[in-house]
Amino acid sequence: MADPAITVEGAEKSYGGKKALDGLDLTVARGTVHGVLGPNGAGKTTLVRVLSTLLRPDAGRIEVAGHDVVREAYAVRLRIGLLGQHAALDEELGGRQNLELFGRLHHLGARGARARADELLERFGLADTGRKAVRQYSGGMRRRLDLAASLITEPEVLFLDEPTTGLDPRGRAEVWSSVRSLVGGGTTVLLTTQYLEEADQLADRISVVDAGRVVAEGTADELKAETGGDRIDVVLRNAGELGAAVALLPLTGVSVDADRRLLSAPVTDRMEALSGVVRALREAGIEAEDVALRRPTLDEVFLHLTGDDHRVKEAA
Amino acid sequence: MSAHALTDSWTMTRRELARWGRQPVQLAVNLVFPVMLLLMFGYLIGGGRGVTGAYRDYLVPGMLALTMAFGLEGTMLAVTQDLNKGVIDRFRSMPMANGAVLVGRSAADMLQSAMALVVLIGVGAALGWRPGGGPAALLAAVGLLLLFRFAMLWIGIHLALVAGKPEMVQAVQILVWPVGFLSNALAVPGSMPGWLGTVVGWNPMSHTATAVRDLFGVPGTESGHAWAAILWPLALLAVFFPLAVRRFGRLSR
Repeated sequence: MADPAITVEGAEKSYGGKKALDGLDLTVARGTVHGVLGPNGAGKTTLVRVLSTLLRPDAGRIEVAGHDVVREAYAVRLRIGLLGQHAALDEELGGRQNLELFGRLHHLGARGARARADELLERFGLADTGRKAVRQYSGGMRRRLDLAASLITEPEVLFLDEPTTGLDPRGRAEVWSSVRSLVGGGTTVLLTTQYLEEADQLADRISVVDAGRVVAEGTADELKAETGGDRIDVVLRNAGELGAAVALLPLTGVSVDADRRLLSAPVTDRMEALSGVVRALREAGIEAEDVALRRPTLDEVFLHLTGDDHRVKEAA
Repeated sequence: MSAHALTDSWTMTRRELARWGRQPVQLAVNLVFPVMLLLMFGYLIGGGRGVTGAYRDYLVPGMLALTMAFGLEGTMLAVTQDLNKGVIDRFRSMPMANGAVLVGRSAADMLQSAMALVVLIGVGAALGWRPGGGPAALLAAVGLLLLFRFAMLWIGIHLALVAGKPEMVQAVQILVWPVGFLSNALAVPGSMPGWLGTVVGWNPMSHTATAVRDLFGVPGTESGHAWAAILWPLALLAVFFPLAVRRFGRLSR
């Protein structure tokens, strides 16, 4: 990739013997949104802290916006924005005061900082609440102000560490739409999340991280395809017939969800499977509410890549 | 980078001033608390053990020194809050001078302590207390007190960076009291059991209080403590300033 926004080669970081990053590799192209997806403790936050110069890596070559995060930390800081897991704001000050403070620390000067604060408050729909102490903000407002604070200088690269954790659906939608509008402006975004839906919605490419390294990478579609392609879902009218249906349908690797009266199985030939299932059900007189072919969800991909069966396979 | 050191430090100081503007009651409480202690010890408990001359003349310099010592709590609390709120991560990920966070903290705390001294001296004067020695002695005394406060400030920053948790602040807040009172701020060491008097004599705060009393011409004050009142804080600074700066740098470990 020519001139990537983020390059990580063999990043390592340990805390007291525990490896948070264990040879992690990552390349992010400029102007894209890259999702880093992983369970708790996978190393996502450590990765963001290393990339944003807050933590010094033990080993590895790590460059952000063309500058080394250790040797050229200052140059990196000029070019990044950071939205951490916890609101990085002065809770006692007002929204405007916060933005002006960060603007001055970005050396925009008094007038520049004030103008930028106005602009961002307007853009994030906080103009009316700029005087209120951040302590009194709602979760969604606080997150938007935090995001505004990380955009003071139109950063080349923006890090979002679980940006919607703890937000209600409305707050989440607000943050999502803000992120989408950013990308239009050419900013590269690295986003960590535990929510597959979030990665699916926002990210161009996704790295699945587990135990401090990348275990899979690709677009959401590629990851779904990698997990074994299409699936067929069959919803029966009568849950009592699930067992009979599993026995007679021409499918293998069937999983059953009794609460939803649902059978699900991977398929290779889509049309063959569909017509076979419909025929078998009709012949046996089992009534189906729904029969559908679909791609696997990212949840299934995620569990497949980071779940127990994955670990067993690795150990074997 | 260093080109911005002054601007950034000033910006961080202004941040603290803006917080005062946001919480005037908090600021007022901080300034009035020492006055309350002065009134309590001067009138309520009063008398003072073994003090020659008016107890008020002995007590006011002691309260001035005690107020400087208690400043440690405020510094530690503020730094701990910043560390736990995540805002320090934003500062550290920004292209600002590294030390500005600590310089801003110091400047604001020193300013608040200077204000506390002015208030306390003002109230003392209103109650009829008249320090001897004239304006030069008064300035010298304030200088010694602020030097002691500066040492307390860096101990506070260091403790906050080491402990880092609000629970630890509480523990230190409780411990500051006996350490503060194990001094000659309120009572003459000679009136205490021998071993206690020795401990009290060693307390750096006792030297500051004695030197201030000497400057104010309080009768019965041992003279010659000015050097100790200068050297003790400098020694504490020589230890805790580099430790705190190193700890701050190690946040990236």
